[in-house]
Amino acid sequence: MLFGVKVPGGRTNTKHGANSSCGKCAFHAELLLKLHLESNPQALALVRAAIERATEVLHFHEEESRAIVRSVDEALANVIRHAYRGKSGCPIEVTCRHLHRTQNGACVSGIEIVLRDSGVRADPAKMKGRSLKEIRPGGLGLHFMRESMDEVEFSRKKGKNQLRLVKYLAPAAPAAAPEGE
Amino acid sequence: MQIVARAINGWTILDLSGDIDLANSPAMRKALLGEIKEKRTPKVFLNLKNVRYIDSSGIASLVEGLKASRDQGSRLILYGLNKTVREVMQLSRLQKIFEIYEDEEHALAS
Repeated sequence: MLFGVKVPGGRTNTKHGANSSCGKCAFHAELLLKLHLESNPQALALVRAAIERATEVLHFHEEESRAIVRSVDEALANVIRHAYRGKSGCPIEVTCRHLHRTQNGACVSGIEIVLRDSGVRADPAKMKGRSLKEIRPGGLGLHFMRESMDEVEFSRKKGKNQLRLVKYLAPAAPAAAPEGE
Repeated sequence: MQIVARAINGWTILDLSGDIDLANSPAMRKALLGEIKEKRTPKVFLNLKNVRYIDSSGIASLVEGLKASRDQGSRLILYGLNKTVREVMQLSRLQKIFEIYEDEEHALAS
């Protein structure tokens, strides 16, 4: 299998323990998409297309959408290259959620993408990327993720590597006041 | 991704199209290094006009090609970069390291 997709019909809330202060926007996450794929580089184009569509549904600007797609692509490539050491056919799970939370009394929403793999344990301490002053191949993927996303978190849970990427929607610009006011 | 090679004035233009990612950057690397190291082409142009996406593995192959061309005393010239490819170049802080031109006319005249 190259690719499996689960699109929920209903709403799945994941409480994160934070209190809502706006009264209508609880701190929660709606499941948008769950992909089960194998560590095959051919799957990357399919995941990019799915994530791009998800960012469009959530009304991210084009530039932000490209940044999110690039981050997920680089993260998946790292799983294939490093966690699975280039071996194909190993499982990777990509979960995409629409996040809601309150910040300074206002509702903010965003996208959360979680990648899980069963490969070699990732050591966050060794994930430094490289200095951009060096001109040499490699070491750019992590830099792309950190530059593009609001949150990048590595963890190990139940014997699996987990990478959580979050990007919040920029607040909408205030509408211009009508003339004469 | 597709790669088509064109010869002009003893130089080579590689017309690339599609996405350059982990699945196909090895093919681009092979074509690029073949021109630079094996054929010793004095100027190699990469036409990126129809490249929709490039990832860090594609950028790594370009850097390898640039280093090889410097070692050979030849030139690697890029042109036709769209917004997506330019963003990746800027993120990598490489836009000033490569010779980059707007289009084929300017690239060939360089």
